[in-house]
Amino acid sequence: MIQLEKRRNISKFWTTLTPVIAVFLTMSFGGLMFGLLLGDFSSAFGAIKLIFWDPLFDENFAPYARPQLLVKAGPIILIAIGLSIGFKAGIWNIGAEGQYILGAIFGASIALSLYPQESILIFPAMILAGALGGFIWALIPALLKVYFKTNEILVSLMLVYVAENILASVSQGLLRNPEGMGLPGSRNLKDYPSAHNSEIIPNSGMHWGVLTAFLAVILAYFLFLKHQKGYEIRLAGEAPKAAYFAGINPSKTIIFCMGMSGLLAGMAGLFEVAGPAGQITMSFNSGYGFTAIIVAFLGRLNPLGILLAGLLMALTYIGGEIAQLMLGLPGASIQLLQGMLLFFLLATDIFTNYRFKSRSS
Amino acid sequence: MKFKSVLSGVLLAFGFGTVAFAADVKVGFVYVGPVGDYGWTYEHNEGRLAVEEHFGDRVETIYQESVAYGADAERVINTMAMQGADLIFTTSFGYMDPTISAAKKFPNVKFEHATGFKLADNVSTYSGRFYEGRAIQGHIAGKMTKTNKIGYIGSYPIPEVVRGINSAYLHAKKVNPDVEFNIIWIYTWFDPAKEADAAKALIDQGADVILQHTDSTAPQAAAQQAGNVISFGQASDMADYKPFPRVSSIIDDWAPYYIARTQAVLDGTWESTATWDGIGPGMVSIGEITDAVPADVKAEALAMRDAIANGTYHPFTGPIKKQDGSDWLAAGETADDGTLLGMKFYVEGLTGKVPE
Repeated sequence: MIQLEKRRNISKFWTTLTPVIAVFLTMSFGGLMFGLLLGDFSSAFGAIKLIFWDPLFDENFAPYARPQLLVKAGPIILIAIGLSIGFKAGIWNIGAEGQYILGAIFGASIALSLYPQESILIFPAMILAGALGGFIWALIPALLKVYFKTNEILVSLMLVYVAENILASVSQGLLRNPEGMGLPGSRNLKDYPSAHNSEIIPNSGMHWGVLTAFLAVILAYFLFLKHQKGYEIRLAGEAPKAAYFAGINPSKTIIFCMGMSGLLAGMAGLFEVAGPAGQITMSFNSGYGFTAIIVAFLGRLNPLGILLAGLLMALTYIGGEIAQLMLGLPGASIQLLQGMLLFFLLATDIFTNYRFKSRSS
Repeated sequence: MKFKSVLSGVLLAFGFGTVAFAADVKVGFVYVGPVGDYGWTYEHNEGRLAVEEHFGDRVETIYQESVAYGADAERVINTMAMQGADLIFTTSFGYMDPTISAAKKFPNVKFEHATGFKLADNVSTYSGRFYEGRAIQGHIAGKMTKTNKIGYIGSYPIPEVVRGINSAYLHAKKVNPDVEFNIIWIYTWFDPAKEADAAKALIDQGADVILQHTDSTAPQAAAQQAGNVISFGQASDMADYKPFPRVSSIIDDWAPYYIARTQAVLDGTWESTATWDGIGPGMVSIGEITDAVPADVKAEALAMRDAIANGTYHPFTGPIKKQDGSDWLAAGETADDGTLLGMKFYVEGLTGKVPE
């Protein structure tokens, strides 16, 4: 009989290395799957190369795929950084998807209500409104937890569905494009210069949201490394009792962590709706809020780790599309590949955190 | 063909440079659901396969399934254009702005957007007059319902879907003045779980006919399970559920259009157009009406189909009032395409409101 025993000292070396091992395992088993699907194992390597290598380095794909990687990774990283703050404190905001939606709606509303006036103040106002939208939406589960001891996992998750319904409603009513022939969806903000989140450098993929994501990575790094608040958050997560006796107010920690993650998710939503997506539509949210949870853990809740994990996740999307297009692979096989990534990460984590012991009966 | 596209991918993947063979024209398809939905996307993919079959080695096709609206769609369309597609079909209404945006970047690529209204020099639109099929469906449903309650699963409250509801209702009401429509909106084209839930809820409320404007066969399965409920295939024949509960279907036949447009690109005669074809030209067809339908009802339904096909009957022929009681069409007047394309109102007798 084999028994799992928790390790007293968890090796830093292996904690850092397991995500890399998980990626290699994903490549191997993914390649096996593609080989079976294509009925030809020699092309399995090609599929893996199309997904993980070609978007970055192939001269045929890279010029377009590289900037697109930033566009795809930007919102995921921004949300994941926010979530990691709460996760470190043991506060589980699962509803970033809803905060992302509300941020987009708040921000877009500013633009749509001022259309077609032009002013350089519009875009900054939209960013503030977007941050506020996400912040408010995240504050609901935070305050309910503080005052009524509700479970923030359930409340924040349920609020995603509420947000989706608000999104459906405003895309057909309040924010609908009056010139849209009755189809749902707002005006396209790409056609509204003052509101458009355009690329800072043309064709680089670098829009204001990507820049903000990078800034968030740096700020989060210093928050946890240097700042008192970062220490308090870590302590609240790792030793709640000690934190309590040290005079750290758990309610304040909850509100800070939920609020920050909501704020960043809201900003991500705003940058997306004003930039790559362009308009509020019923299916505007594409799961970034949930993907960010995976990315936060894949990156070990470490800002630099999250940056890399976000880019890796974006790579599986973009590369996955290319592999589908070039090889005719089914879309579901790419989702399977992404699922494998999380599975192998959790599986390898077992070896890091536990030791296998044979039980002597 | 498939082997070749696999081969080309492998050659490219290994960096072996340019592909040894080259088709005259490369055609791309962007799908909103998986090709195995057995509904909307399935039929578009059948159209793609028909193009491959028709042209053989002269044409290569590529596709991407389950493409989300917005930024993802634009990236997929751009990537297709960059990989040498000469003609790209974007097969859902949410791809409208991304298609127009990509068309600006790639003026030499031809684009075809299904169910939208924005045209450009290199963008055409195309869609089917599905409401013609809905009229026949409404007729059969009105005749066959015993509870006088018909359940309708709506996807998005867009003109196309509202038009279908109105058409089905008018023709059910004509043969059965007591008929009531119960409509559930689920805000997705393809979500078998949600579609099944909606069907079950409608059946629980007494509906013995389920009409769906969504893409999966889940409502068919729910009707089958209920045992005494009839249904109609949507977008595709959904023949697995014949002869009961599925008693007929509306089939979208995109193949002739896709072949004609590909031919036009090959010939260099492609021009931007707006196509809206119905039963007559064959873009919409009525799947087999099974023996579960009484013979006289079947004969009436087929007669209506033929009258619509040869243009002697228009499903929206007055007198018709709007839901609020105001006049829409005078006796003998038929609806113009402009009104139909922007239809956001119910006709008189329907309950509930078009969601805003």
